Amino acid sequence: MRDGIPIALGYLAVGFTLGIAARDAGANAFQTFWAAALTLASAGGYAGFNVIKENGTYLEMFITMLVVNARYLLMSFALSQKLSQKTHTLHRMVLGFGVTDEIFGISSAVKGELNPFYNYGAMSLAIPAWASGAALGVIIGNALPEIVASALSVGIFGMFLAIIIPPAKQNKVIMGGVIASFVLSFVFSVLPIIKNNISSGMQVIILTVLISLILAFIFPVKEDEDAT
Amino acid sequence: MPHNIYIYIAVMALTIFLIRVLPLTLIRKKIKNKTLRSFLFYVPYVTLAVMTFPAIIYSTGSIYSGILALVTGVILAYKGVSLFGVAVSSCGVAFVVEMLIKYL
Repeated sequence: MRDGIPIALGYLAVGFTLGIAARDAGANAFQTFWAAALTLASAGGYAGFNVIKENGTYLEMFITMLVVNARYLLMSFALSQKLSQKTHTLHRMVLGFGVTDEIFGISSAVKGELNPFYNYGAMSLAIPAWASGAALGVIIGNALPEIVASALSVGIFGMFLAIIIPPAKQNKVIMGGVIASFVLSFVFSVLPIIKNNISSGMQVIILTVLISLILAFIFPVKEDEDAT
Repeated sequence: MPHNIYIYIAVMALTIFLIRVLPLTLIRKKIKNKTLRSFLFYVPYVTLAVMTFPAIIYSTGSIYSGILALVTGVILAYKGVSLFGVAVSSCGVAFVVEMLIKYL
């Protein structure tokens, strides 16, 4: 639970910026609170509110969630190796619900087998902080002057940069992938034929699958290297 | 046709829940397929990068504040500043630039 305190503080602030994105999509504080509490995903939540903002289809929402949150599949795989074989299915489900980048980070750093209650401690602080941060973002975001709200909207991108840049510094392939993503995403956003026919949510999916697949074929990851 | 926001949220929550819970409950062996493992390894970085740029430069009142916020974020993240620090600094830079543009 103590390890959850810095995570909760960060979530409160970052959740606030998700709330701003939610407000842009037309969601109210109540809806945002539940969306944040039930999804516990920054990138996933942000991508989700983007789909809502563009009035995308439910299928588009489903595919977006699959792609944007695919990393949790890998994290849950990794955590499944750290649990005792005897861990009850119910514990596995509750634990799985709370797999976020940060909670995964601290729980994979636990030495030896992982006790689900370690995660519950962190979740008990992090989830309320995240959901109330997001709801506050909607409420206060409404009262904020345009200029402040607009400045705060870059916060979520700052957070994304903080997640992708440090590993890119360590790993040249990730660095190349990040640069290629920036360039292609920019190209997609200016090419009229793409801009006018494919929603931005769909563009994210297409680019992610395409670039990641190419990287996976050309630079397959060695055993254990992906134990982030 | 407008969609119902609660159905959107339900789709989000259910999909994410399944992604997180299925590997933990169903599959207890390690993934063997190298390409699939590699693909899953790269996905988070690529998807976050694609979502960040160029969206960040269009997210503020002017592209100049967005670009400077991006540059600030990249430099601070490269220097190993925490998630919270990078997010707050990017906002701060965007705010200052917006103020300068508005009042100068």
